[in-house]
Amino acid sequence: MTFPALRISAVVLALGAAPATAQDALLNTSYDIAREVFEALNPQFQAHWQETTGRTVTIDQSHGGTSRQARAILEGLPADVVTFNQETDIEVLVEGGLLGADWRDALPNGASPWYSLPAFLVRDGNPKNIQDWSDLARDDVEVIFPNPRTSGNARYTYLAAFAYGLEQNDGDEDAAEAFVKAIFDNVPVFDTGGRGATQTFAERNIGDVLVTFEAETGGIAAAYADAGLERVTPSVSLFAAFPVAVVTEVAERNGTVDLATAYLEWLYTPEAQRIVAQNFYRVANDDVAAEFADQLPEVRLVTVDEVFGGWDAIQENHFAEGARLDNVFVNQ
Amino acid sequence: MSTATLPHLPGQSGKGARILIGLAVGLTLVFIAAPLAFIFVRAFAQGWQVYAANILHPATVHAIWLTTLVAIIVVPVNVAFGIAAAWAVAKHRFPGRGILVTLIEIPFSISPIIAGICYLLLYGRQGILGPWLQANDIQVVFALPGIVLVTMFVTAPFVAREVLPLMQAQGTEQEQAAVTLGANGWQIFTRVTLPNIKWALLYGAVLCTARAVGEFGGVSVVSGNIRGQTNTLPLHVELLFNDLNAVGAFAAASTLTLIAVVALVVKTILEGRKDAGH
Amino acid sequence: MTTITTNTGAPFRAKRVLPGFTLSLGTTLLYMTFIVLIPVIALILKGAEIGPDRFWRIISSPRAVAAFQITLTAALMATVFNAVYGLLMAWVLVRYEFRGKRIVDALMDVPFALPTAVAGLSLTALFSANGWFGPVLEAMGVQVVYTIWGIALAMAFTSVPFVVRTVQPVLEDMDPALEQAALTLGARPWTIFTRVVFPAILPAWLAGCTTAFARSLGEFGAIVFIAGNLPFRTEIAALLAYIRLEEFDYNGAAAIALVLLAFALVLLVVSNLLQVWASRYREASR
Repeated sequence: MTFPALRISAVVLALGAAPATAQDALLNTSYDIAREVFEALNPQFQAHWQETTGRTVTIDQSHGGTSRQARAILEGLPADVVTFNQETDIEVLVEGGLLGADWRDALPNGASPWYSLPAFLVRDGNPKNIQDWSDLARDDVEVIFPNPRTSGNARYTYLAAFAYGLEQNDGDEDAAEAFVKAIFDNVPVFDTGGRGATQTFAERNIGDVLVTFEAETGGIAAAYADAGLERVTPSVSLFAAFPVAVVTEVAERNGTVDLATAYLEWLYTPEAQRIVAQNFYRVANDDVAAEFADQLPEVRLVTVDEVFGGWDAIQENHFAEGARLDNVFVNQ
Repeated sequence: MSTATLPHLPGQSGKGARILIGLAVGLTLVFIAAPLAFIFVRAFAQGWQVYAANILHPATVHAIWLTTLVAIIVVPVNVAFGIAAAWAVAKHRFPGRGILVTLIEIPFSISPIIAGICYLLLYGRQGILGPWLQANDIQVVFALPGIVLVTMFVTAPFVAREVLPLMQAQGTEQEQAAVTLGANGWQIFTRVTLPNIKWALLYGAVLCTARAVGEFGGVSVVSGNIRGQTNTLPLHVELLFNDLNAVGAFAAASTLTLIAVVALVVKTILEGRKDAGH
Repeated sequence: MTTITTNTGAPFRAKRVLPGFTLSLGTTLLYMTFIVLIPVIALILKGAEIGPDRFWRIISSPRAVAAFQITLTAALMATVFNAVYGLLMAWVLVRYEFRGKRIVDALMDVPFALPTAVAGLSLTALFSANGWFGPVLEAMGVQVVYTIWGIALAMAFTSVPFVVRTVQPVLEDMDPALEQAALTLGARPWTIFTRVVFPAILPAWLAGCTTAFARSLGEFGAIVFIAGNLPFRTEIAALLAYIRLEEFDYNGAAAIALVLLAFALVLLVVSNLLQVWASRYREASR
């Protein structure tokens, strides 16, 4: 029965997809909190594509923690492009043979059209007086951020806290780990994606501070204006590049390589960068960045290369099985 | 369920009865009717226009269409399976019959999440059949076939468990008579058996439809949640909820609730027919 | 709802085999094999791949143990509630006439027809601080949403029809003569219920409760909305399996799924045995 059933559904699928092949279609698989930014970007690109090629294009979106998304793509989710918030999750796809190892060279800026940083969102009036990473380790503070095994967002939080711990302890890695563990012990729930964590904090009223990308703290503070949630920027944070790439294997199969490349290149145009900046991201384009400088506070940013010696070293020392993340994320 | 009353025993009316009825009705209102009503209250919290805008959003419309499509594929297949299973089990005797009946009920007690995991382990790119599917360019999980297959798993027992007891109760005499009169298998089924079971069959189909439309956990494992592509209506409810669009989530939920209510009304009507047909 | 019971005690009567046996049994077996058996076997194979030591380590990890405990406790709470509420509903719907009875009877099927995610969404909103019941309960100091009470509530909602619809037909079929005889012998209503009615519906009632319990153990959609999903506090086993899957930890997901599968199969067998017992009881009391 399965085979006839499969065939029937394959036929139905083909029928359902038939009108879509008459025009261009693209599946963008993205990180969890990117909902609003692509909701704003995609119609603009559609207009741009119509103007330059005379063709219509539909862009489908999927959102979730980026590691979860990478897994779904490995399991067969037919994503033409990925717009992630972490290089390691694209590297997972490289290992799976879905795109070439040279994806960083395909686009400017190491293939990252915008960036952000882990920042805080606190309750009205900041009752627990949370100002910096050290406050997150206090016994009386409940911290919310997503699951570092599924969410790139949470891994940046882990790394930023670790970087702060290193600075405070003269580079002593074990002391930094103990500091990060104290923060992790204050987390009651690890949602699988950044938006889940936001829901926990804003809707379910759990926790004193939400740690997530600055882009999300800005957007959520605006969306929950009644609740009086306040943004707090720590003294130091981690430069979080948001890499994008064409999933070559899928795009070649779908015949969408040119469209996918054009889409990602368009993300670097001032038009797109302005929309991105409106969503509280920090952008690569200097002119646009200057325009929106007011809404983004000054912050000292350290990079993955400076502090940790690059992603390969991070993978080995922190995220691999039995490495430091396992020590702090115990029993989770 | 028929409402035929027994000859009145003392103690069936009076104070005790009134307390019990009051308790039952009160609990049902709080526990079952209120959640049902509340969906509509929330969906219309910001008025008709917001509601309409949410329902007519292309992603919501697509989710409604996809969910309908899944039901259109799954229900007839399960009706066919239900009839076949009931015919085999009720009209024939063979070793392992009891085991087969238990087997049919398995999907009922398995968490849909586990059904989803099973399908992912089998049809995923890294699953047992993954390489073969990949080589032949067949996409099962994160596409319509995966959603359909998991829904079939979850709803497999619905028709069979309605039709089977009825077929069993009716025995085989009528069909035996038809055989003696020279009828062939198809004639026996359409002229003798089907009229006897048609209301139970429809009833099973209605329950199966309601379940197929509402499946969440299993589908969420194999869907990939692509807006406007593989997002079924129940998943869309969750998606809108996570978009921080509560009214939209309740609006989408209200369409599902409406389907459920229609299914219940149809079911109640069918039940009358079914009982009358006994 | 009627439930399937094989009438194993019935004498062999079919003198002539009806046509379509090969076709119908073949279709059934093929469908069951492809839709149910092979996927379940895929899970079992994955479980076997893990090896007993690793398997044990996964399912005995504190978080997994906590999740199993929470799931079992909440399912037990829900089943106890449904045992009473379901019995009350079955009794009232069979024995009494009142206005709106048909509506109440139809409402009993709402949990079957309503998608569980929708039920979860609605229950969460209803029992949260800005819903209808949340403020009342909060004034009484009871927090339902994001606690184990919320999990039990969602489980109870989704599984109550199993009790009602299993007990109802048995009560309908009961011979009133038994009760009337007891009445003429001067028994009080409560005595009649405990001595005459209850023993007759006991097997069906237990079977219904077992099915409701099994359903509660596997429930997911309604619970993820209302539970808060805090590990060690309100995280259920099905969710933990789901999270493990998302973490790319297939072994973890498969091991937890297998434990739930084993629970489900045991309960299914228990429920079917109870139903065989119930159908014998019904035959005997006729």
